[in-house]
Amino acid sequence: MRYLPLTPDDRRVMLAKIGAPNIDALFRDVPREAVVPLTAFDLPETKGELEVERALAKLAAKNVAAGAVPSFCGVGAYKHHVPSAVDHLIQRSEFLTAYTPYQPEIAQGTLQVLFEFQTQVALLTGMEVANASLYDGSTATAEAVLMAQRLTRRPKAILSGGLHPHYAETVETVAGLSGVVTRAPVTPGAAEDIAALIDNDTACVVVQSPDVFGLIRNLRPIAEAAHAKGALLIAVVTEAVSLGLLESPGAQGADIVACEGQSIGNGLNFGGPYVGLFAAREKFLRQMPGRLCGETVDASGKRGFVLTLSTREQHIRREKATSNICTNSGLCALAFTIHLSLLGEEGLARLARINHARASALADRLARVAGVELMTSSFFNEFTLKLPKPAAPVVDALAAKGVLGGVPASRLMPHETAAANLLIVAATETNTDDDFAAFETALKEVLA
Amino acid sequence: MSMNNQGRPSQPGVAQDNDLPTISGDRGLDLEARLIFEIGRGGVTGVDLPDVKVDDTRLGGVRRKGAVGLPGLSEPEVIRHYVRLSRQNYAIDAGLYPLGSCTMKHNPRLNEKMARLPGFGDLHPLAPRAATQGALALISELMNWLTTLTGMPAVAMSPKAGAHGELCGLLAIRAAVEARGEKRNRILVPESAHGTNPATAAFAGFTVDEVPAKPNGHVDAAALKAKLGPDVAAIMLTNPNTCGLFEGEIVEIAKAVHAAGAYFYCDGANFNAIAGRVRPGDLGIDAMHINLHKTFSTPHGGGGPGAGPVVLSERLAAYAPLPLLVSDANGFRLIEDRDELPPGAKPFGRMCAFHGQMGMFVRALSYMLSHGRDGVRQASEDAVLSANYILASLKDVMSAPFGDGPCMHEALFDDTFLEGSGVTTLDFAKAMIDEGYHPMTMYFPLVVHGAMLIEPTESESKESLDRFIAVLRGLAEEAKAGKRERFEGAPRYAPRRRLDETAAARKPVLRWKPDPLPQAAE
Amino acid sequence: MSEVRFTDQHEWVRLEGDEATVGITRHAAEQLGDVVFVELPQAGRKVGAGGEAAVVESVKAASEVYAPVGGEVTAANSALEAEPAKVNEDPEGAGWFFKMKLSDKAEFAKLMDAAAYQEFVKGL
Repeated sequence: MRYLPLTPDDRRVMLAKIGAPNIDALFRDVPREAVVPLTAFDLPETKGELEVERALAKLAAKNVAAGAVPSFCGVGAYKHHVPSAVDHLIQRSEFLTAYTPYQPEIAQGTLQVLFEFQTQVALLTGMEVANASLYDGSTATAEAVLMAQRLTRRPKAILSGGLHPHYAETVETVAGLSGVVTRAPVTPGAAEDIAALIDNDTACVVVQSPDVFGLIRNLRPIAEAAHAKGALLIAVVTEAVSLGLLESPGAQGADIVACEGQSIGNGLNFGGPYVGLFAAREKFLRQMPGRLCGETVDASGKRGFVLTLSTREQHIRREKATSNICTNSGLCALAFTIHLSLLGEEGLARLARINHARASALADRLARVAGVELMTSSFFNEFTLKLPKPAAPVVDALAAKGVLGGVPASRLMPHETAAANLLIVAATETNTDDDFAAFETALKEVLA
Repeated sequence: MSMNNQGRPSQPGVAQDNDLPTISGDRGLDLEARLIFEIGRGGVTGVDLPDVKVDDTRLGGVRRKGAVGLPGLSEPEVIRHYVRLSRQNYAIDAGLYPLGSCTMKHNPRLNEKMARLPGFGDLHPLAPRAATQGALALISELMNWLTTLTGMPAVAMSPKAGAHGELCGLLAIRAAVEARGEKRNRILVPESAHGTNPATAAFAGFTVDEVPAKPNGHVDAAALKAKLGPDVAAIMLTNPNTCGLFEGEIVEIAKAVHAAGAYFYCDGANFNAIAGRVRPGDLGIDAMHINLHKTFSTPHGGGGPGAGPVVLSERLAAYAPLPLLVSDANGFRLIEDRDELPPGAKPFGRMCAFHGQMGMFVRALSYMLSHGRDGVRQASEDAVLSANYILASLKDVMSAPFGDGPCMHEALFDDTFLEGSGVTTLDFAKAMIDEGYHPMTMYFPLVVHGAMLIEPTESESKESLDRFIAVLRGLAEEAKAGKRERFEGAPRYAPRRRLDETAAARKPVLRWKPDPLPQAAE
Repeated sequence: MSEVRFTDQHEWVRLEGDEATVGITRHAAEQLGDVVFVELPQAGRKVGAGGEAAVVESVKAASEVYAPVGGEVTAANSALEAEPAKVNEDPEGAGWFFKMKLSDKAEFAKLMDAAAYQEFVKGL
């Protein structure tokens, strides 16, 4: 086996040194009834690289990659161009095959990246502090709700109807255990009156902008209403590029920001791994979940970085930790940081404007198709169309014509009858005019 | 003859001490990197994009007013910056990385290539069913490997890391307890457990009750049984345990747990010792997470991303979270909503958006197909053999708290051998850095004083193990001989000397900020 | 006239009239290492004997500080928030954590005196 360096001779010599007659002797603590022969496993034997490559390439070929056809799927995962330098750098052995930076003297590379990442996330979200990342946007949202419950010592979280349904279910799964999670009604293309739901038991309101239908929400009045009742505003962002064109959640009064960072530096990967961005006001620092990297000096006075404030974390605080999270999403955070470094201020602003312009052009074009109505008066790079018939079969028919024409809202919220005909469509810098034409033509044919 | 006296000298000269400070601050190949915020500036970018204008009509009145504050850098500057940073990291590709409990094994590059096939890497999670059949088939095949290797009937794929898998398992247990109309709030956790175990139990709303370890490093089965009762929902046991030992009484423990109406959660962090030899399902385990980033070699990436699928017993399978993968005449399908559930399914909820760490699934399956069942078994055996070889080769100069072994895939030492030397476990570990090694896991598990937990994995040649053993022997002998200077200042030859963690925690600086503007001269 | 007593959780308490001042012992401060953070109770909080009243953190550990006696918190040493190092420098003086109004003097009498605590620490 090409990955195993020990030879049969080595194994014999090593067993002799140990004083064991055979390998089985090393497993002597295993109860006899639990030892099974290799044949107990109905699985194939070892394969060469070429055979593995063939087997997996065959499976890959059965999928339709976003870049292979005109593709307009979004809803929390977006197709963007990732510069070649990003993937080259994250595949460097020293980043790819390092562990968590527990020995800071020989992990300054990872640590400094995390420090840069935390700074970028804080700047982008308009917040004072950010952590070294969580698993993804949905789990970051759930952690934000738990943090708000700890900070306010109140039980209730109110989720906007515009929050991605997967995010809402993730929050309910963990925050419903010790608290109460209430979902506001779903109002496609409009903002619900969430302020009216806030009471004195409310720990937080959770509002996504742009929301799951693409609508841009104005967070300021919600922040004011929440703060007036002693509650916190958690802002959720599923498209990080939008922060290049829209006012940051921090500037709009958010207390905690949970954001999916996939759009910057990371591929679609069928849903993961992604990277959760998590930022908050500095006064809430001690209740933040996840790793934090901080600046310090070494014994010779040189600047260096370490993991810090670890006493919040599970390996020290155990059952009193702020979260059970151990790992972060290190390599995805690295990809995010490198891509954002390449973009810089001007690059990000341009990328965001291009995305909005592309989506705007596509929305105008599709809204002219007979029977199709644009539901979202404001949006970043994703909008919702109301079709004259149920959207799910339309999407399947479009796929049969070689167009991945967005996500039917019914896939995410089958119970919402009002959502049956809604199609959520995203367009980014990767979509060409030819893609638009193909989509328009196919949609006309399918709806005819 | 013609003479050329203009050429460069060819003699090496005399080597001088290397403590002469350099003018640049760099030292040969040791290159420093400032922060991107200190090297970036306006008017430069690493990405060429057209300057498109947009109006505000569709921006909902919240168009960004101020700058983000990001620095501008060109592509060569970005590449140079991150290449320099990368060179300040130790990595498994560069040397033995014996971090106990972490399984730092070789990361085959084939797996990276496979995960980047556009059909996987560029596949949208909500693409129509017909466009994702290959991806769903891959997940199904990986599920088959995981259930077969563990002898368990079901597996939940969505947990994103080990701790997330623990949470998934405990939430399934909570749902099962509630379905029986019972109230059970206590979880038994051995004191040698990973910190994530008690943290997860508390996170899932349980109270934690610690079970002591016996002097031989095994969980105290009698104490555990005595703590069982009608309010105990589950035990969380790591097996092989964090002392590197197989819990021989595990089957008996499982029987007692089940007889008390509780469930058996196993922390699968150490599955690499037994994969292909022992099936957790045969031991009476009800739920176990599998760290794909440990046993199945998806790269650690400097701290994630990981993946933590959870195998479930018949008693818990019905409670697996959404989404569920099913197949019918039309191929594979994900069930994402409660209204479409197959008979008997009672999912407790959802762990995250979408369907789990697909990028890690591809890598793990690539690893499994490469190894085959025979290779998986051989890898476990080699990992256990290598750990025992280290234990046997060092136990005379270091101190093994639990006797002569055998151990499983990690060898545990304590700091008894350093007694009176003035050298601590930390000093010893830092001296290893100067010798070109990443230190072992230290001060864990907590049940051993000054613990040093060494996990060589199956990826090391005998020559590499012998060299490592020789270095540790040398260090142990020097420490005992009172040569403290090698340890106290260590590391000397790393990019940084020891860092001031106290200062970092007392006055946290967690992000770069521009220097305050200099005061205007009066 | 004041009197100092100690707990087996390594808190000290000094009684002056019915006001008790609480901190962690020199032994505890040494074991913790450099203290980096303290979380103090707010004045007015009522806490029973043995109840969690404060948190002290070093780089490597976080520990609860328990109220040695029951009563109402009257003041906290907010200077520690900016300078947690005082806990190491002068644990049984300037590094005090909080003051409380004692509800039952009998609880105080049950605690160890200095000699008993020294013996207790030796036995650890």
